[in-house]
Amino acid sequence: MSATAHEQVEDHGHHHKETFVTKYIFSQDHKMISKQYLITGLIMGVIGIAMSLLFRMQLAWPGESFPVFEALLGKWAPDGVMDADVYLALVTIHGTLMVFFVLTQGLSGTFSNLLIPLQIGARDMASGFLNMLSYWMFFISSVIMILSLFLEAGPAAAGWTVYPPLSALPMAQPGSGLGMTLWLVSMTIFIASSLLGSLNYIVTVLNLRTKGMSMTRLPLTIWAFFVTAIIGVISFPVLLSAGLLLLMDRSFGTSFFLSDIFIQGEVLHYQGGSPVLYEHLFWFLGHPEVYIVILPAMGIVSEVMAVNARKPIFGYRAMIASILAIAFLSTIVWGHHMFISGMNPFLGSVFTFTTLLIAIPSAVKAFNWITTLWKGNLQLNPGMLFSIGMVSTFISGGLTGIILGDSTLDINVHDTYFVVAHFHLVMGISALYGMFAGIYHWFPKMFHGRMMSKNLGYVHFWITAVGSYGIFFPMHFVGMAGVPRRYYENTNFPMFDDLTDIQVLMTVFALITAGAQLIFAYNFISSIFYGKRGVQNPWKANTLEWTTPLEPIHGNWHGEIPHVHRWAYDYSKVDEKGEYIIPGQDFIPQTVPLLDDEEELQH
Amino acid sequence: MTTILTLAVLILVAIAIWQMTKIFEFSQLSAQTSEVANDEDNKYNGYLLFAFLIFIYGITIFSFWKYGKMLLPEAASEHGADYDKLELVSYIIIFTVQALTQTLLHYFGFKYRGEKGKKALFYADNDRLEFIWTIIPVITLAGLILWGLYTWTTIMDVNDDDDPLIVELYAQQFNWTARYAGDDNVLGMANVRMIDIDKANVLGLDEADSYAADDVIVKELHLPVGRKVNFKMRSQDVLHSAFMPHFRAQMNCVPGMITEFSFTPNKTTEEMRLNADVVDKVERINKIRSEKAAKGEPNSDPWEFDYILLCNKICGKSHYNMQMKIIVETQEEYEEWIKSQQTFGKTMASAQ
Repeated sequence: MSATAHEQVEDHGHHHKETFVTKYIFSQDHKMISKQYLITGLIMGVIGIAMSLLFRMQLAWPGESFPVFEALLGKWAPDGVMDADVYLALVTIHGTLMVFFVLTQGLSGTFSNLLIPLQIGARDMASGFLNMLSYWMFFISSVIMILSLFLEAGPAAAGWTVYPPLSALPMAQPGSGLGMTLWLVSMTIFIASSLLGSLNYIVTVLNLRTKGMSMTRLPLTIWAFFVTAIIGVISFPVLLSAGLLLLMDRSFGTSFFLSDIFIQGEVLHYQGGSPVLYEHLFWFLGHPEVYIVILPAMGIVSEVMAVNARKPIFGYRAMIASILAIAFLSTIVWGHHMFISGMNPFLGSVFTFTTLLIAIPSAVKAFNWITTLWKGNLQLNPGMLFSIGMVSTFISGGLTGIILGDSTLDINVHDTYFVVAHFHLVMGISALYGMFAGIYHWFPKMFHGRMMSKNLGYVHFWITAVGSYGIFFPMHFVGMAGVPRRYYENTNFPMFDDLTDIQVLMTVFALITAGAQLIFAYNFISSIFYGKRGVQNPWKANTLEWTTPLEPIHGNWHGEIPHVHRWAYDYSKVDEKGEYIIPGQDFIPQTVPLLDDEEELQH
Repeated sequence: MTTILTLAVLILVAIAIWQMTKIFEFSQLSAQTSEVANDEDNKYNGYLLFAFLIFIYGITIFSFWKYGKMLLPEAASEHGADYDKLELVSYIIIFTVQALTQTLLHYFGFKYRGEKGKKALFYADNDRLEFIWTIIPVITLAGLILWGLYTWTTIMDVNDDDDPLIVELYAQQFNWTARYAGDDNVLGMANVRMIDIDKANVLGLDEADSYAADDVIVKELHLPVGRKVNFKMRSQDVLHSAFMPHFRAQMNCVPGMITEFSFTPNKTTEEMRLNADVVDKVERINKIRSEKAAKGEPNSDPWEFDYILLCNKICGKSHYNMQMKIIVETQEEYEEWIKSQQTFGKTMASAQ
């Protein structure tokens, strides 16, 4: 298979004229598609974060009038005061955009596409056409999701989990009308896009590795993307079925999720369905989804950290094993979102057990990253700082999972701000850090060898790092005080009055942190056009992508694809005399054959 | 508060300015400066990593000091004590691990910051180390799992032992109703299809069911202290969640299903109002409210502590204001109150 692809490309090279359309729009080149994913994802991220600022302002200063509300929300903010329905809509779309559009396709779509062919030594993805189709379906689903914001009755507003009956009955809230239909249509297309992408990643990793690139020589990024794609293929179809059944309940009067409903003065005909069934289907994707989000970030962090620590990643095999263990366990823990949903408490016991088990491979990963830093020669590039930051937020956020995963303790913090704080740290911020680490690190591979400004990167990192903890650490206390999430304002409960201070603090940090992302945006855009050109291998990394020419070409390598002779982590390897294997160079690219007297260590 | 905010902002601005000047300096130097970290960058960022460690500790201590007192008071139910104990132990474990790992992570980041010519240690593997940090979480988590599961099965075992009081919690957009089972302590049959607004049969009770006649439907939940209460939850429209944080109790209300939760309140409202933490909290909040009153703002009447039932599952526009007062009182007070309430049978008779 690799041979045919190879010949085709050779054939391509000679008489292939690219037009603007085939090069920048309907491109089948994985590098261009990855950029398309990245830029679409970043734009969705800007919208998602902007929404969070709006509702955070409402939470800190409830009922206050802001000109910005009136400007952006129009009739939904009469006299600049945010309406309660639009508050729920903002929360819902913020969640949807960030989880699916930014952290699933924006992160995994970008880096799987960019790195899988480059790091395994392939000319392109197994199917360039499917890859292109995958991106354009993602684009269409993004457009539909954004269009739903402009509906008369507003977009979906039932929370990003869109639990029926709230999401199924237009009379329950305005957002459950056409807004919800568009949400479902958009997600259906999104799932198709994700499946096409994932199948492509799996096939490419399995079949198109260059000579010598055995599975145990793959960089951890590839392992992470590979396993992520597998989880996606297993769990996304279940969300599709949930979405289709919900669509049928909404539009064709079936009763999969609905029963015994009396609303606005009349009894509805639905009989025999169960909202709990929907919760099961949703979380069967929903939980693996958080690992779909975090595993690529973990892979990126492992790679960036090893390169910048000038040390091999500690416990390479344990890292792979923990990725596999996390992936396996992730599909059997979904019930921990449903301890108090009304499902049988015995099931709750089972899910507590599997959930707390998942802490073990996670702990192994955290310890391995810390040990990777130990006695390193840390090159604190922005990518490295974001990697260290990711480990920090992953630990802070992951530890509170021990509270939430315990069915007993979940009773009182379920659906409070404690949960919001937990998942924002452990998957939101951590995955974003992973994404930033990846962008800073592989920017030269995306944009013709240009590099992002490191100093702007440092400013970006430090403000973001301080701000993220500033927002989400105090938030745990709001949850422990019993404040439910998704409340438009807390002023109807005098017992929450003294917590307004914390809300103000979090909002101020949120505004500052979001402001810091403008620095990143500026750095990103200006570096595309004016960034300094670095050398071919600026971070002195071992992996194959740095052997491709500075000026990217279709097919990735001039001439033959390089062969691989060693794993990706031979950093600072020394011989018996304590000298570097290659004199004067602390890294040995994967393409360098083993020397006669060199041992390939059993890593 | 404002001082701390200003301080935080100032620190951030200072960092930003300091970095900006550095950028300016560098851009002046020469066009050759590479975008790869040099020794200088490693040094500054290494120190900043150390400072960040102090920041993490700082914000933790600050939050505990400033917000620790705002948390829920001790549990007002029998199982709540077990809950609080398990929670405390879990937090101790969490904070130990957090303190340890964050220190190692950031300290290593500072200590091993790169320098030209420094040699990193080629250290790819150590089975013993990895075994240790696999087995320690395994043991700790096994302990937590067993303890948690034991508590969970005890809490979730809703049975009829000890003559529990049977109460239905009925949720709808956007309010709560409670139904007491009456003298026979058996709830009458009900279904949303039997709702008759004209006759004020808002919960859809079966008028022909003799168990229903003595049921008492109220908008305020009264519970006798020391007696087990078995809640049966229903919802008529969308998902709701009956959240009673002071009792460490929560259960979703699902249309088409009856869900259950059970607990024994062990402190009356009066007793809880004398709890030191509660007294402190009420005082603090009334100070805030009197300041608001002085400015003529809403939500400024003085507050007295009460147990509360909140909706904790997104249910629509007024989700944020779906509440019911809970009063825990002595058996005598409770009996007196329930006697003064009208039964369902009487309400129906008067509607005829």
